[in-house]
Amino acid sequence: MRNRHEALGLSGEDLLAMYRVMLTARRVDERMWVLNRAGKIPFVISCQGHEGAQVGAAFALDRQKDYVLPYYRDVAVVLAFGQTPRDLLLAAHAKAEDPNSGGRQMPNHFGSRKHRIVSGSSPVSTQIPHAAGIALAARMRGDDVVAYVSFGEGSSNQGDFHEGLNFAAVHRLPVVFFCQNNGYAISVPTSKELATPSVADRAAGYGIPGVVVDGSDVLGVYHAVKTAVERARRGDGPTLVEAMTVRLTPHSSDDDDRTYRTKEELEDARRRDPLPQFAEYLIASGVADEDTLRALDHEVRAEVDEATAYAEQARDPDPADVLRFVYREA
Amino acid sequence: MAVKTYIEAVRDALREEMERDSSVFVLGEDVGVRGGVFRATVGLIEQFGPERVLDAPLAESAIVGVAIGASLYGMRPVAEIQFADFILPAVNQIISEAAKMRYRSNNDWYCPLVIRAPYGGGVHGALYHSQSVEALFYHVPGLKVVAPATPYDVKGLLKSAIRDDDPVLFFEHKKCYRSIKGEVPEEDYVVPIGRARVAREGTDITVISYGMTLHTALEAAAEVEKEGISAHVLDLRTLRPLDEAAILEAADKTGKVMIIHEDNKVGGVGAEVSALIAEKALFSLDAPVMRLAGPEIPAMPFNRELEKSYLVTAPRIAEAMRELARF
Repeated sequence: MRNRHEALGLSGEDLLAMYRVMLTARRVDERMWVLNRAGKIPFVISCQGHEGAQVGAAFALDRQKDYVLPYYRDVAVVLAFGQTPRDLLLAAHAKAEDPNSGGRQMPNHFGSRKHRIVSGSSPVSTQIPHAAGIALAARMRGDDVVAYVSFGEGSSNQGDFHEGLNFAAVHRLPVVFFCQNNGYAISVPTSKELATPSVADRAAGYGIPGVVVDGSDVLGVYHAVKTAVERARRGDGPTLVEAMTVRLTPHSSDDDDRTYRTKEELEDARRRDPLPQFAEYLIASGVADEDTLRALDHEVRAEVDEATAYAEQARDPDPADVLRFVYREA
Repeated sequence: MAVKTYIEAVRDALREEMERDSSVFVLGEDVGVRGGVFRATVGLIEQFGPERVLDAPLAESAIVGVAIGASLYGMRPVAEIQFADFILPAVNQIISEAAKMRYRSNNDWYCPLVIRAPYGGGVHGALYHSQSVEALFYHVPGLKVVAPATPYDVKGLLKSAIRDDDPVLFFEHKKCYRSIKGEVPEEDYVVPIGRARVAREGTDITVISYGMTLHTALEAAAEVEKEGISAHVLDLRTLRPLDEAAILEAADKTGKVMIIHEDNKVGGVGAEVSALIAEKALFSLDAPVMRLAGPEIPAMPFNRELEKSYLVTAPRIAEAMRELARF
């Protein structure tokens, strides 16, 4: 066990940095639900249960030069790429300083040019061809850039998924397609979404590798995505990685998952929660002890408190700005 | 000045822009080795190579979606949709993504992207190779929609579209491709997006049109001129943004306005132009605004007679001009 991360070339420090992002994502997310139930923010869509897959993937990329095209659950990915709890809470409150959209979009529609996080929309899968375009353009410019694009298994039924994979595969573009399969498209289970055992099976139809990995196993995901990134950088083309994750919350704050899944099922999902699993690994491998993790949690909670207070008091966008930036302004 | 066809002007603009700026590239079905099914991109792959003249898989949403992604990285893609009729699978990419990118990211990201789409009928293309789809897009803020009628404007407007930092839909009328010729300067010039052009000076009635029907209107204007009716003809050139000042000025000039387009009438560009005139120039009018457009049927049929009865022909326009002049 001790050697698992070392075999992947990760230091204890790397692991603590990864754990910190996971924990931050979780604590920010939990705070969002509290704020929503208190009537302070209108909407939450959650990353809980996906943090391990997201951190494993994000840390396998070069966070100084690669591009990410995240979907709405990728809280840990955008944190790993430079956004802060303050940014996320500003977005939740739709304040002027929200770096994604200045309060125009719903929360979790991420985007920030300076962090190479490409702006996203609500119709699913539209970002998949964009990732192919980013990778194509980077290659035309001679830049060593990999594009990471993520989506749920529900999105893998859209035309843009198939068109995007096919385009990237034909042109052997440096893209990592990252499916976070939590078993549900809102309430529709995978048995009604896919006729194949897994989304990764679809990769064969495009002549690219398809890999399934346990999304609660941070190091397993890191390894799978790292392999895909190296293949992309070598010029060998894209890979479809499917992380089997759990969704520990309803789809969103407007959803009630008790209408379509049992208590037992959710309890089983909680047993697969990546956060305690990774904490356990850190302790068992001697990277951290319980006191270190407790202290880290205090630190993260304080950061989230500060972000909450800041975002609540931040200014709203100027109403006159509703008309701005439809086109380039002179 | 050389006389060129409409489609040669398309090709000249593409070639010159690709020579000028290495971030310009084209992609679409058959644009490479074949040079386009209409031959608009012929010769480009020989000059610029397959990296900048991409034969894309037959998948319109990916053609536009990939172009959007490349534009976000700082390239200037020109995507070709083989026929405007086939743009519909890409509408989500155009309207949900390209049109909203700047707005939704609060000016952080934007799409310098051109989508070229041959449209229109009268070429025996039947229902799915004849449609005019410009009204679907002229409704959408965030897009620019251009529909030139002359080779001069094609070259100048396509260059403007490529240099524009926002997504531009560039509609080329198929019937114009080889039937419309005109003088085109060899040198670099641009025609600004958003400005209409007076195609013919006149004093009795005002005719507003764009694309192929602009030429049909000019033909009818020459016919009624013999009868002493002087038609003032305005070529819109750009549908979004509409050149409001030019439309109002043209309406004011004669007080009698007719709008002509090949697209069907309900909810078409003509409806917007006439509403604009009603809002802002009502007291300039001496007659109700008249609209001449395609009929309310799904699309243009294949049979020659059926196709002809769809089209707004010069005799029909001339008759309407007489009626308007008499009012």
